[in-house]
Amino acid sequence: MTQLLTIGKALNLGLRRAMEDDAKVVLMGEDIGRLGGVFRITDGLQKDFGEDRVVDTPLAEAGILGTAVGLAMRGYRPVCEIQFDGFVFPAYNQIVTQVAKIHARSRGRLAMPIVIRIPFGGGIGAVEHHSESPEAYFAHTPGLKVVAVSNPVDAYWGIQQAIAHPDPVVFLEPKRRYWDKGEVDTDATPDPLLAARVVRAGDDVTVLAYGPMVKTALQAAEAAAEEGRSLEVVDLRAISPLDLDPVVESVRRTGRCVVVHEAPVTLGLGAEIAARITESCFHSLEAPVLRVGGYDTPYPPSKLEEEYLPDLDRVLDAVDRAMEF
Amino acid sequence: MRELASRPLSAAVSGMTTEVVDPVPGAGAPHLPRQTGLVQLLTPEGERVEHPDYAIDVTAEELRDLYRDLVLVRRWDVEATALQRQGELGIWASLLGQEAAQVGAGRALRPDDTAFPTYREHGVAWTRGVDPLHVISLFRGVDNGGWDPVATGFNLYTVVIGAQCLHATGYAMGLQRDGAESAALAFLGDGATSQGEVNEAMIWAASFSAPVVFFCQNNQYAISVPLERQSRVPLYQRAAGFGFPGVRVDGNDVLAVLAVTRAALAAAREGQGPTFIEAFTYRMGAHTTSDDPTRYRLASELEEWKLRDPIARVKAYLSRTGTADADFFADVEARADELAAHIRRGTTEMPDPPGTAMFDRVYAEQTPHLAAQQAQFEAYQAGFEGSHR
Ligand SMILES: Cc1ncc(C[n+]2csc(CCOP(=O)(O)OP(=O)(O)O)c2C)c(N)n1
Repeated sequence: MTQLLTIGKALNLGLRRAMEDDAKVVLMGEDIGRLGGVFRITDGLQKDFGEDRVVDTPLAEAGILGTAVGLAMRGYRPVCEIQFDGFVFPAYNQIVTQVAKIHARSRGRLAMPIVIRIPFGGGIGAVEHHSESPEAYFAHTPGLKVVAVSNPVDAYWGIQQAIAHPDPVVFLEPKRRYWDKGEVDTDATPDPLLAARVVRAGDDVTVLAYGPMVKTALQAAEAAAEEGRSLEVVDLRAISPLDLDPVVESVRRTGRCVVVHEAPVTLGLGAEIAARITESCFHSLEAPVLRVGGYDTPYPPSKLEEEYLPDLDRVLDAVDRAMEF
Repeated sequence: MRELASRPLSAAVSGMTTEVVDPVPGAGAPHLPRQTGLVQLLTPEGERVEHPDYAIDVTAEELRDLYRDLVLVRRWDVEATALQRQGELGIWASLLGQEAAQVGAGRALRPDDTAFPTYREHGVAWTRGVDPLHVISLFRGVDNGGWDPVATGFNLYTVVIGAQCLHATGYAMGLQRDGAESAALAFLGDGATSQGEVNEAMIWAASFSAPVVFFCQNNQYAISVPLERQSRVPLYQRAAGFGFPGVRVDGNDVLAVLAVTRAALAAAREGQGPTFIEAFTYRMGAHTTSDDPTRYRLASELEEWKLRDPIARVKAYLSRTGTADADFFADVEARADELAAHIRRGTTEMPDPPGTAMFDRVYAEQTPHLAAQQAQFEAYQAGFEGSHR
């Protein structure tokens, strides 16, 4: 069946289906029960599944993740909601020192199938700590899988796949795109969770993005087409591990690559990607891999976020520079 | 450990019972919090009552000043909520219902004390002489708070729940080392008491007998989550476990809050260490302008709390005792109107910051890398001059 869904609603339906499929799935987080979450992603789930399966936790992120570890040891599949990106840090210790390492520490005797849902990124006019892109911290931590969704189809299937996945998954949701709509076929066979996808074919420059920046990259490609320039856009989807096969194939054809993310450029995903593309495509490259990202400053007050966030123009500017090289 | 019994606040500790609060209310069940062990000096009806441990001598003028503070702070809040509705602010965290807790605590501070607020302490900001527009600018997205935290003794707002409690404690430890006879006042909500960092702050404060007072506004909710999810005992009783006094005060009674906070700050300054104050109150508005409280609480609860309004009782007392006359009340109204106009004008005329502001003050001295990035940014922006930007 095909339905027109927002990203938020697709996540809600995906969570519902995961909970129906597996009684061990437990949702935990601040305000996710009666309120349905500040973004209403878990709307109605407590009513239908009860307070034992949709848990309004005390206000403590370390507690959410730490108890999720224990629940996972008992065979549960905790799905933890972090209310906003900037509030994951009290839980960072548990995520990095425990969630990520217990599988290796126990030589595989203990599984940590925990999902950590984080609405991430800016563009919603919020106050401090509500607009950040912390993905690199997690991608830098061996033992964690990190994915970012950009559309309702991946939201619907991705959340179910992440919950079913044997490893801990940091599941990044593009909060400013929660209300973007798309057709979702709930009977389809989904693409794998950890695979990149070419979302627009082109010949001149390969543009890589994930999460909220996929839409921006597609808008840039649209605008570039009007000027006779053909951009290939890849939605990375998986941030760790990266699936660079389709990217390498693309860059070998285009010879040019631009990586776009909201996070600060320094030591962001773009840095890792540039290094790997350089290794894999050195002889095909016509220009250095260019990065478009946030500046190396704290995320600014919201009056300045338009200037801070990469937009269509900044992507096109990088494309120009890549072409002129 | 220091002798708790030598302090008036010990009454609050020794007199406490192990009382378990109501379990998490089921859907639809009205949530009517119990008020036990409450220090009160002015009843909701505006009757002056005495408390054995908290005598307070306030002059008629001080009382009128407190009333004026309460009214002005509420007007500021109402105006800010309206401005947000009109699109002038990104968000607003209303203090409606918590005026007495904030004004009482703020007025208990001496100029050399330092407050460590959350994001809702506009009433405390007011008592520290912070320009309301410097608070508004944060919620408008212009900056992260425009006031000088050092000059005002009012630290910047801290949005990450509970983090400021450790800062206040460390600051207090600094005061202690310097032999300063001042104290730190940490603000926190009921939800914040669950955070590990808040508990660490209380352990530190106790261990080092730091001159810090934890002022917890128990407004019954952390966004949608009722107190019962954070604590199965009344919050003030938590203090005993850390080894310092805890006291519950009627947070809607400005006199009681003033008296209790004054005593706690005095004890801290005198080297008697921390106190935990639970100001029992109610968040009469939404958590913020983004919130919809109808999803998690009943309107009848609000009606109940309206009867305990923090401003009405002071007005009743002032009128009945002849401490203030009609002219006084008219003057306060006029000042409130002026303040609202000042806030409205100041907000709508507030200039946007220049784009380069984000590169400012990231470090004591801008790094060459960041300077180069800023130059790139400026060149890029200049390319749009005269176009759509
Ligand atoms: C570490 C952290 N987690 C989550 C949040 C999101 N959040 C903002 S306010 C709030 C509830 C706070 O409740 P309480 O401490 O009772 O203070 P109140 O807002 O009622 O004044 C939450 C969960 C946050 N700001 N910081």
